[in-house]
Amino acid sequence: MDILTGLLLNVLEEGLIYGVMAMGVYITYQVLDFPDLSVDGTFPLGACVTGAVIVAGGSPWVACAAAFVFGALAGCVTGFLHVRLKITDLLSGILVMTGLWSVNLVITSGSAVLPFYNQPTIFNSGPAALLPAGASDFQVVLVALAAAALVKILLDLYLKTKSGLLLRAAGNNPQYVISLGQDPGRMKILGLAIGNGCTALAGSILAQQSGSANIYSGTGMVVMALASVIIGTSIFGRLRFLKPTVMVVLGAIVYKACLAIAMQLGLPTNFLKLLMAVLFTVALVSNRMISGRRKHPHVNPTQI
Amino acid sequence: MSTPLKSDSMVSVRHIDKTFSPDSVSKMVLFSDFSLEIRKGQFVSVVGSNGSGKTTLLNLICGSVAPDCGVILLNGKNLNHMKEFQRAKYIGRVFQDPAKGTCPELTILENMALADHKGSFFGLTSGVNKRRIDRYRTQLELLKLGLEDKLDLPVGSLSGGQRQALALLIATMTPLELLILDEHTAALDPRSSENVMELTERLVREKKLTTLMVTHNLKFSIRYGDRLLMMHQGRCVIDAADERKAALDTNDLLGKFNEISLEAGN
Repeated sequence: MDILTGLLLNVLEEGLIYGVMAMGVYITYQVLDFPDLSVDGTFPLGACVTGAVIVAGGSPWVACAAAFVFGALAGCVTGFLHVRLKITDLLSGILVMTGLWSVNLVITSGSAVLPFYNQPTIFNSGPAALLPAGASDFQVVLVALAAAALVKILLDLYLKTKSGLLLRAAGNNPQYVISLGQDPGRMKILGLAIGNGCTALAGSILAQQSGSANIYSGTGMVVMALASVIIGTSIFGRLRFLKPTVMVVLGAIVYKACLAIAMQLGLPTNFLKLLMAVLFTVALVSNRMISGRRKHPHVNPTQI
Repeated sequence: MSTPLKSDSMVSVRHIDKTFSPDSVSKMVLFSDFSLEIRKGQFVSVVGSNGSGKTTLLNLICGSVAPDCGVILLNGKNLNHMKEFQRAKYIGRVFQDPAKGTCPELTILENMALADHKGSFFGLTSGVNKRRIDRYRTQLELLKLGLEDKLDLPVGSLSGGQRQALALLIATMTPLELLILDEHTAALDPRSSENVMELTERLVREKKLTTLMVTHNLKFSIRYGDRLLMMHQGRCVIDAADERKAALDTNDLLGKFNEISLEAGN
């Protein structure tokens, strides 16, 4: 396999795995309008939970489910701090992110890296083991694609249910949710649980791909996830046939591709996080400029 | 409460005190010992100058503002310890801002499906019940705005008048004990507000809704409703129901309005 194909595969693999997180952050940031910083803590939480389960001999599928549940619980805490204790959204996220650092260390019994090489993961057992031997180069990307597709389908289905519609209304017009006799705060907590569940699941998948859980893997995740969401929805937003869930996964892939190109052009690794921040800023500002230009009175001229 | 509930009373506001910013220089006593009874099926229109307490009265009933003391009963239920969203199960509210009564990103169909489900559990079943679509269409046809052909349009792309008519329809979709209209025609152009008012009258009469409508439009307050309240500094200065209301005209209201404005020194 030549270098270019390898690079492309690598971008796709990582883009799809981080795409799972991007879909979760799409729920909190875009649907609920909640800038959730706890993502930096829930991503490694998913990795650490997965490490602990697999090291203890658990099945990798149980590890994925456990990661989602733990992530969702952490999301509930963020929501609880914000909705019930009236702490601002940013601060609630920072508090949970900070607290999770210790939680993650407890889960990994104090070590920063929890390796589980040669143990069964979703990449080498179950359906993945059935792939023909010739496809081994594509094994990771196929499993990542399947995981992202599964999350996408489930999220799209959820957003069409009664609860899903109410969640969208809660982000769009909380007063409308009140008028329906429902508590918008509860919907916010639910949305944060789903978003952080997906983030932890992405952390779990990444850990299984690399064969170890790394407590430092969360740094910069907020920026990466938000950038994916914003890049995805602004580049692909005009394509009416694409669901937002697909757009943000594509956004994650584009984002990863930008980073990979910069690395190939010889950018030192130390500058990676700086580049991530710059890319995010560019995405944010250009998105605002594009939508500003597009802004036309969104009103039907046929007055009653 | 010592006073027994009159059987035909729907809303009972009793001995309410409300002071805004009590500990500061800008302390403002709005209500002191304010009481109001509204009987079942009555359509009350409320007029009054800015700061007269009309919107605060609505907020007190809906629960977005808490009284300092006093009780508010709705159909015999004490509302004091219910949160705003809990009260909303019995109360429908249409706001001045057409954006508040609907969800702009969702389509007309999704908005109606949500409203149709008010009061039940929002679970994991399909959000839009396809078998109800024809019913929604029939209801939209009553608005005569052609919205029945635009079910899949996001509500955010409708005009203010269209949104407000839809908000009114949505607020009255499920059975209500009280309909609250908070200057719901104030943000609309004259023709749209006439249309929305006619729709209001039709819906209120058809469904025999107990209604509390705050308006800045003296003409509307004369023409619609079977009881008229004029409020000033947290008191009712005019309270005319049925025949006495029918005898009122705009000039009477304007006269009283000028009188209280003079008293207030402006």
